[in-house]
Amino acid sequence: MSENEMNLQAENEMNAKEAPLVLQVSHVSGGYYSGGILKTKQNYREVLHDIDFEIRQGEIMGLVGESGTGKSTLAKMILGLVQPEQGEIIHHTKRPQIVFQDPYSSLNPAYSVEWSIEEPLRVFGKYDAPERKRRVRDMLKRVELPEEILEAKPTELSGGQRQRVSIAAALIRRPRFLILDEPVSALDVTIQAQILRLLKDIRKELDLSYLFISHDLNVVYQLCDRVLVMKAGRLVEQGTIEEVYENPKEEYTKNLLAAAD
Amino acid sequence: MLEIRDLHVKFHTREREAVAGISLTIRDGEILGLVGESGSGKTVTAMSIAGLLPRKQCRLSGEILLGGKDLLHADRSELRKIHGNEIGVVFQEPMSSMDPLMKVGLQVGETLRIHTDNSPEERKKLVLAALDDVELPDPEAIYNKYPHELSGGMQQRAMIAAAIASRPKLLLLDEPTTALDVTVQAQILELLKKLNRTHGISMMFISHNLNVVRKLCKRVAIMQRGELVETGDTEKIFTDPQHPYTQRLISAIPTRTRKEPV
Ligand SMILES: Nc1ncnc2c1ncn2[C@@H]1O[C@H](COP(=O)(O)OP(=O)(O)OP(=O)(O)O)[C@@H](O)[C@H]1O
Ligand SMILES: Nc1ncnc2c1ncn2[C@@H]1O[C@H](COP(=O)(O)OP(=O)(O)OP(=O)(O)O)[C@@H](O)[C@H]1O
Ligand SMILES: [Mg+2]
Ligand SMILES: [Mg+2]
Repeated sequence: MSENEMNLQAENEMNAKEAPLVLQVSHVSGGYYSGGILKTKQNYREVLHDIDFEIRQGEIMGLVGESGTGKSTLAKMILGLVQPEQGEIIHHTKRPQIVFQDPYSSLNPAYSVEWSIEEPLRVFGKYDAPERKRRVRDMLKRVELPEEILEAKPTELSGGQRQRVSIAAALIRRPRFLILDEPVSALDVTIQAQILRLLKDIRKELDLSYLFISHDLNVVYQLCDRVLVMKAGRLVEQGTIEEVYENPKEEYTKNLLAAAD
Repeated sequence: MLEIRDLHVKFHTREREAVAGISLTIRDGEILGLVGESGSGKTVTAMSIAGLLPRKQCRLSGEILLGGKDLLHADRSELRKIHGNEIGVVFQEPMSSMDPLMKVGLQVGETLRIHTDNSPEERKKLVLAALDDVELPDPEAIYNKYPHELSGGMQQRAMIAAAIASRPKLLLLDEPTTALDVTVQAQILELLKKLNRTHGISMMFISHNLNVVRKLCKRVAIMQRGELVETGDTEKIFTDPQHPYTQRLISAIPTRTRKEPV
């Protein structure tokens, strides 16, 4: 390596390190209490154990791991819907947005698609009605949905259409940090590719960060900068996509990658 | 097994037909794949077979023949028998079709309760076996949980357990493995193959995961905008797609080598 290249590399590392922190999850454990309002040791079941990682501005962090391991629980904990029992979660931005795994949780079943996407803008209060309409239609186009569904209720959409409406409703808020829980699982591969491109474009426009939860390891490979691997509620491995995919250290990660393809 | 003839479904609130004249057969003992664009009418087709479309919101025409009977025009009591007994359905979004206030075990046992005269003890045993079949850890504990206490993939497996517990003749599976990791997914696919082989259950398997479809289904049908654009032998269609949409679809399968520059 020439001196120049070394300088360049050092500079790149500096830049990567210098991007400001968006989220710090520091040695967090937590889970659920069953059976009523009493929180006792007996009815507590810990799901997440000693989770530790951070996300920087502009970074796309993948989260993979077996079904039932605690990925959605971690997402809920970052949002404050589940409280950590130990450790702490520090946000350096406003409350993050989320696209839930079950799109019905993101959308109000009583309201139309147009209402659901427009609502955050209305609350925001900065735009007048025509400007809001324009923004809603623009966002609809970006998630590849036809305008004919504007009047529809969530129950009157296909699964993949519902998923894209939740993505649109989250992106229109121009968040600084967005959690996406299996956001493209109900999309055919051509629309999926377009949505992944959209997520990359928006990342560039807004310099936002994502936590991207997915069972599709190829999608994670294509989209993410870094990845967290979870097993039985613990992070067993984390690193850049290249590190983890090309040189997995843990047996579990190796098996996971081998089973994919 | 099942024959769909010129099925049309038009919702009153929409201009275009959701299903615009499709004809399709599911042969005895086969697993037919149904893939295609999001919003192209796959779920609506499955719902038409299952008799679960909101009849007041749409206009239906054509024929759906199961063992010689036309499901579209049969009367209600006849339909109810067929649907619980002969057709099992796994819905695309498990949470939306589960009763949030009913324990998982009881829901999985619902069709058994309605359509068999098993005692409650026998039923529980069958349900626990079905929960075990779908690779859920600790079936006894899952039995007593409420749906929201399960992860997405666990709900999906509970739905599959509910559909297979009564051993229907035809299984309609709408995106049944989207929330499953590759390992569990592989186990579920093995289970489906086994049910297909040993019990002769025919299946319609709707999925966006083309690699899975290729592994599971001998025959595949491709939908776009309410129409069938291509139907045939899976291997043949994957290696030599004829329709432009199928060609686009197959070239867009995500791989690990095509990392686009950001
Ligand atoms: N509200 C709840 N109450 C009690 N237990 C819960 C609750 N939600 C989830 N769990 C349990 O916590 C564990 C982790 O669930 P979680 O939904 O976080 O998994 P996941 O990694 O997102 O899985 P999947 O990939 O299947 O969506 C599971 O054992 C689940 O049964
Ligand atoms: N109850 C309803 N009222 C009006 N339109 C509906 C209703 N249900 C579905 N549709 C429309 O019918 C079309 C076909 O939907 P369908 O759910 O069958 O698509 P799909 O192929 O299953 O898509 P996906 O892969 O996204 O699940 C869509 O445009 C959808 O918006
Ligand atoms: Mg989950
Ligand atoms: Mg569907």
